[in-house]
Amino acid sequence: MAYTITEKILLAHTDKKSIAPGEFIYAKIDLALGNDITAPIAIQEFEAVGAKKVFDRRKIALVPDHFTPAKDKKSAEQAKILKNFSRKHKIVNYFEVGRMGVEHALLPEMGLVGPGDLIIGADSHTCTYGALGAFSTGIGSTDLAAGFITGCVWLKVPETIKFVYNGKLKAWVGGKDLILHTIGDIGVDGALYMAMEFQGEAIKALPMDDRFAMCNMAIEAGGKSGIIEPDEVTKKYIRSEGRNVKGVFYKSDVGAKYSKVIEYDVNKIELQVSAPHLPSNSWPVSKFRKINIDQSVIGSCTNGRISDFRIAARILKGKKVSSRVRLIIIPATQKIYSQAIKEGLADIFLKAGGVFSTPSCGPCLGGHLGILASGEKAIATTNRNFRGRMGHPDSEVYLSNPAVAAASAIKGRIAHPEEI
Amino acid sequence: MKFKGKVWKFRDDVNTDEIIPARYLSTTDPKELGDHCMEDIDPQFSKKISRGDIIVAGKNFGCGSSREHAQISIKGAGISCVIAESFARIFLRNAINMGLPILEIKDISGIKEGDYLEVDLNSGSVLNLTEHKEYKAKPLPKFIQEIIRSGGLLKWIRKRGMARCAR
Repeated sequence: MAYTITEKILLAHTDKKSIAPGEFIYAKIDLALGNDITAPIAIQEFEAVGAKKVFDRRKIALVPDHFTPAKDKKSAEQAKILKNFSRKHKIVNYFEVGRMGVEHALLPEMGLVGPGDLIIGADSHTCTYGALGAFSTGIGSTDLAAGFITGCVWLKVPETIKFVYNGKLKAWVGGKDLILHTIGDIGVDGALYMAMEFQGEAIKALPMDDRFAMCNMAIEAGGKSGIIEPDEVTKKYIRSEGRNVKGVFYKSDVGAKYSKVIEYDVNKIELQVSAPHLPSNSWPVSKFRKINIDQSVIGSCTNGRISDFRIAARILKGKKVSSRVRLIIIPATQKIYSQAIKEGLADIFLKAGGVFSTPSCGPCLGGHLGILASGEKAIATTNRNFRGRMGHPDSEVYLSNPAVAAASAIKGRIAHPEEI
Repeated sequence: MKFKGKVWKFRDDVNTDEIIPARYLSTTDPKELGDHCMEDIDPQFSKKISRGDIIVAGKNFGCGSSREHAQISIKGAGISCVIAESFARIFLRNAINMGLPILEIKDISGIKEGDYLEVDLNSGSVLNLTEHKEYKAKPLPKFIQEIIRSGGLLKWIRKRGMARCAR
């Protein structure tokens, strides 16, 4: 029987002898993740059902990252539920403000997720860890409560769409552009309920941070997961910077069944911008040069990693942010924050007139640290541009990679990095 | 389970930020979340509807975030069930896990806002009482029916025995 990498990982987490798309399975999980928005409901449900013990205090991660450092009293109360639960059940991987980071950047960085793992997270962007060759998917708070109790999750084995990226990327084009282009091609429900497997020479050549950005947005095409076969790039990542993840390196079999195979010639893919109000509304950046912006946000679980800030700094060095623009830069983790200071990137951002903030999901979901007023427009390296996502229902969000967001901050309108 | 209620119609790709905007996620209170249900699409929505009313939407209903505040908000507003041409996957599983009745029917174009529907969850029959038409919902897989019959995921787990798991 020939299997895809996704099918192999799922099979390895059940007691079954074989597996097929469409089948319901009850699978063992390697890590269950919750944040300050979703974990409070899970914890309330955990307690309401009379559960006394978590399945494994080492296999739960609680990350208060959305409305933290607490933006108001209500958010502080929500975060407190995580803290108290973590103390009570001696949860090993609880990350307080100051050691915290945006969950999907933090967990890989801490070596808590690796190739071959099965991870569930009560956050839709949990699909990020597929970049390491893991099966990783977003679930709800009730699933999380059940995971806390049983260490298992019910899943329907997904069909897989194979995406093959041939050729070499143009200058400034990265993983974010590939995924925006792909979502633009297949639509926001183009991969509904399915696994998205990213392959091809352009993927092989992609650095880890870009792979994270791609798998992160699988959900924006309706996907259950995004996944990239682990290789030397993966191996180097999971065994560097103090991480010592072993992992199981699965590969899709020759002859594995795919519901569809879609090929792209990346030589032809331009820098992408997704216009309001859907991530699938993506076009080459040149289409938007007349769009004035009020804010540029560089950060989030999609593009808040060190290489994103290196790219932004290359463009912003010695330049000034347009007088009518707020540039808000949010490193995704404490470590990235510290690294950006060490490399002099923070200094470049501050001298350019930008804000350099402590880690938080912040404005991405209209939480805090940069909410838009009515009629305002932002360019953001985040993952969603739904109506009202970053603030007022009559504000607009354009999605891009960090190079475009940085260039746009200088120009005061959506701009190509070559214009700087 | 049977429901009767007035139809409120929505387009394709209604996302969770529209069902309940993130600015209200610092609470889990059903009444408070219900008061803001669909606010950014229609600020008056929660005031206009009556208990038992039905949401009918196009494709990919509930795309976006994993927030169960969306289901809590819809239930809190008094909506009895949601019918759509398709559901986004996390929304679908949350609805099943939390016991919010949902049904998929192939084509909703024959149902108008204000029509009265009678929904039989067991048989999957959707009767349009205004238009005198019947629609058949896609039957739910057995495994999912079992969770729903148990009254949600946690009750299903309790029934199986919490200590006993597949592990």
